[in-house]
Amino acid sequence: MLLIECPWCGPRDESEFAYGGEADISRPIDPDALSDAEWADYLFMRSNRKGENREIWNHQHGCRRWFVVERDTVSYAIRATFPMDGEGRSP
Amino acid sequence: MSQAFRLPVGGRIRRDEPLEFTFNGRTLSGFAGDTLASALLANGCRVVGRSFKYHRPRGIMAAGAEEPNAIVQVGRGQHAEPNLKATQVELQAGLEARSVRGWPSVNFDLGRINDRLGGVLAAGFYYKTFMSSAGSWHRSERFIRRAAGLGWAPTGSDPDRYESRNAHCDVLVVGAGPAGLSAARSAALAGARVLLVDDQPELGGALLACRDTIDRMPAKDWLAAQAAFLEAQPRVRVLRRCTAFGYHDHNFLSLVQHDLTDHAVVQRLWRVRAKQVVLAQGAFERSLVFPNNDLPGVMLASAVSTYIRRYAVRPGCQLVVFTNNDSGYQAAIDWLEAGGQVEAIVDCRDDVRGDLPRTAQSMGARILTGTVVAGARGRSGLRSVEVAPAAGSGVARQKLQCDVLAMSGGWNPAVHLHSQSGGRNQWQPEPACFTPGNPVQAAVSAGACNGVFGLRECLAQGHQAGQEAARRWGFEPAFDEASEAPAMQSGALMPLWRVPEMRGRLAASKQFIDYQNDTTLSDLRLALREGFEHIEHIKRYTALGFGTDQGKMGNINGMALVAEGLGKTIPEVGTTTFRPPFTPVRFGACAGGDVGDLYEPVRKTPLHEWQVENGAPFEVVGQWLRAHYYPHEGEDLETAVCRECLATRASVGIMDASTLGKIDVSGPDAETFLERLYTHDIARMSVGRCAYGVMLGEDGMVMDDGVMARLGPERFYVTTTTGGAANVLSWMELWLQTEWPDLQVRLTSLTETWSTIALAGPNSRQVLRAMGCDVDLEPEAFPFMTTRTARLENEPVRLFRISFSGELAYEINVRSDRADFMWRRAMAAGAAFGITPYGTETMHVLRAEKGFIIVGQDTDGSVTPVDLGMNWMMSKSKDYIGRRSLARPDCVRPGRKQWVGFRSLDDRTVVREGSQLVQGDTLEPPVPLLGHVSSSYFSACLGYPIALGLLNDGKRRHGEELLAVDAGGGRTRVRVVAPVFYDPEGERQHA
Repeated sequence: MLLIECPWCGPRDESEFAYGGEADISRPIDPDALSDAEWADYLFMRSNRKGENREIWNHQHGCRRWFVVERDTVSYAIRATFPMDGEGRSP
Repeated sequence: MSQAFRLPVGGRIRRDEPLEFTFNGRTLSGFAGDTLASALLANGCRVVGRSFKYHRPRGIMAAGAEEPNAIVQVGRGQHAEPNLKATQVELQAGLEARSVRGWPSVNFDLGRINDRLGGVLAAGFYYKTFMSSAGSWHRSERFIRRAAGLGWAPTGSDPDRYESRNAHCDVLVVGAGPAGLSAARSAALAGARVLLVDDQPELGGALLACRDTIDRMPAKDWLAAQAAFLEAQPRVRVLRRCTAFGYHDHNFLSLVQHDLTDHAVVQRLWRVRAKQVVLAQGAFERSLVFPNNDLPGVMLASAVSTYIRRYAVRPGCQLVVFTNNDSGYQAAIDWLEAGGQVEAIVDCRDDVRGDLPRTAQSMGARILTGTVVAGARGRSGLRSVEVAPAAGSGVARQKLQCDVLAMSGGWNPAVHLHSQSGGRNQWQPEPACFTPGNPVQAAVSAGACNGVFGLRECLAQGHQAGQEAARRWGFEPAFDEASEAPAMQSGALMPLWRVPEMRGRLAASKQFIDYQNDTTLSDLRLALREGFEHIEHIKRYTALGFGTDQGKMGNINGMALVAEGLGKTIPEVGTTTFRPPFTPVRFGACAGGDVGDLYEPVRKTPLHEWQVENGAPFEVVGQWLRAHYYPHEGEDLETAVCRECLATRASVGIMDASTLGKIDVSGPDAETFLERLYTHDIARMSVGRCAYGVMLGEDGMVMDDGVMARLGPERFYVTTTTGGAANVLSWMELWLQTEWPDLQVRLTSLTETWSTIALAGPNSRQVLRAMGCDVDLEPEAFPFMTTRTARLENEPVRLFRISFSGELAYEINVRSDRADFMWRRAMAAGAAFGITPYGTETMHVLRAEKGFIIVGQDTDGSVTPVDLGMNWMMSKSKDYIGRRSLARPDCVRPGRKQWVGFRSLDDRTVVREGSQLVQGDTLEPPVPLLGHVSSSYFSACLGYPIALGLLNDGKRRHGEELLAVDAGGGRTRVRVVAPVFYDPEGERQHA
């Protein structure tokens, strides 16, 4: 079970959190300007890298804040966590 | 039977506490401090089980978790526990144990015939025999399971109680042998919070059978001093009878503790987050591979020592030791000290010069160097061994009489937890074992599990590991010294994975590698001949390492022999994966206290009590208990629902709708925010207006629905489905926090703050009047789809004029602590109108008559609002989540499933929900499936059954006849109709 550093509450067990997928995916400002392929890319395609990833997590059974986690999907090591718009915090 | 093999003195058993127990129905005696295994050996029980496949007699080989043979069923009835290792069962008064195999008895087993059929039953037997013709496995499985099975699991629910606890510590030390005790002490002295766990009832590990001195005192005195010291430390917690069985991510470990002192709870699961871990679980001795190496009486050398020194049991009279290293000599020394006779020590090495061999020799033991045991002989137990030169000519030289053979093939460090933590293992040519590689988590291995086998070295390494673990977490180590044991000279181990091939009868005898699964040397060779090369494949083909012991004794031998067969090195072949649990764990321990009524929380509405009083059966929706219906005397579900439906449409019904999710959305940007999440135009809603809203996922599929009301320019009251309440709140938070942090919106869940009483039916207005409603209820003053604050029965309430039944209807939202009062007053006020309480079933029928969907029943995440015919409520003047997806090719393709109604042609049959819709009468495959029925009821108001569902191109198929086929094969002819059956113009709700 991962130990995740919530930027607001500190280190907590994974069971308090919900995983939200890849970070840094912004909703297009004007969806109508996108081709079907571009929209599908936003909707479905994720990089799913082996190794370092930026993810969003929600402290669902805590402060309910979403935040960014930099996590290695091979070693499961968490390099840092960030508020959505803030500075990183190393575990 | 007396304990004929019990030594008159010595051991750690408590002779003043004799215990009686039964084994296979025989009453035997032992002492407190015994294991079942030591007590069986004390009573001379040589055969304790039968082997898995060949039903060969088997005896106790080991003294710990690596025991492959002594598998027993303990207890009776619902308390019975199958497949325990006798070596791990603490003896208790009245304990009942049975062998898990052997028919008619363990001493005379008819299944022994399989032993003669060995050639047929080799590796791959099941695949080759049963998978070739269809059905043969199904015919034979019952008999094979009975012959080859392990114990019997009780069939009822487990009456035992379990619990779980969370713990945090600076340093977790696993194993309380010399290394673990030293580590715990040095970490504690440095000031760290220490958790020390050990699977035995008393601390000490290998020290419990040790004859050496530490710090110039007998090991047992040193042990007592360490244990007392640790117990006295306020920052040290010691858990005995506690096995660390799983090492998970981020230094999270799971432990299971057997608590024999407190029968209220039989096992406790510990979930431990450790800042540092010291692994000191010791090592498992390796067996040796030679013909008939499974005869009862063949034991691990260290187990022989343990039984003598710890349990005061010498399991025989005449001993032969077979070893490839110095540690095997310990068994001979202990045997001689215990008054036994040592026939010979058979050592495959030519050059023997360590301290232990010297001691054994000085005590008169005969040492045969450069020699191996070429095979064992005996029928139901060991009688003799034949020895031959290690540099094999294939001819046995000599026969040695013996009833116990102590074998030592070297040691396998217990790298299990290190491996589970993600660490790799390294092969050490000297002393020929896998040791932990670099730790990948905050852990360090010390002592025998790190490949260090001398007592002196274990003490030093444990001490250092404890200091290091404390230092890494910021504690300054104290100036204490490691404890010392005398230095010992020992000779190098000579790897011996098998003995030379013999001629004659022994050549045909089985040589066991994995005793529990009856995997032999010839099985491995067969697998290699058939082309298996990867150790994970060979494992699965031969069952090597699959038993309840998980190959703790035989796996490395197997891998070395595979390496030999493939002409590879052992590290090239590698090990199979080490997975949790280290030893079997009961499901009960994993479940803990979260069983039965405590399995998951139950939510009850504030109106629950009235519903119980009035005999409502309940239905679980989400975690809520909702009244299903309110049967009168003699009514079943069907008749009660018909009555409730008719009464509601004719006069007035009342239901508890408190479980609906309710979210207050406030703030300057509340309107903008909701515009982006719901499909309809929010800006057009004036204060006091209600609107039905549908929420889509970004993929355009319907996610939730509900009515929202505008309470003010910057304030909305949004309701959700019962099951979707938490998801919708999370969804709103996700968008606010990640995508639109600039929006000023506050979200507050009010689901439990407000209770909702729905009044439906033409007389609902009269009921409100009778309750003293202080607002004008006339249609012009309080029209459909509006909301008002009001007083009812002098209590403040919020009234919504909305309808999920198609009738004139109101929802009363009242503070939850006044809900019960309000409901009872409504019942009183409605009595004159025959007010009828109704449950979820009637609610479903009423809404189905109107064609209203239930998200999650009629939709499944693949349905767009267009499919449901909801175009009228999808704004064309704004963007919202999911809108762009509705223009994706798949969402606009012709032939999508669309929302339709169905009528049974016979006007009698209620089609089963889930039925598939097909065309034509013949069901000759392939049968194209055109859609399915998602809701289906008998409509009392209409007098015939109605159904709703999704059908390919449904909107254009009204009037067509189809066949509905349910999972049981039932067929009903139906006609496709519009999905609104009752009052399609909607006049009643506007009344």
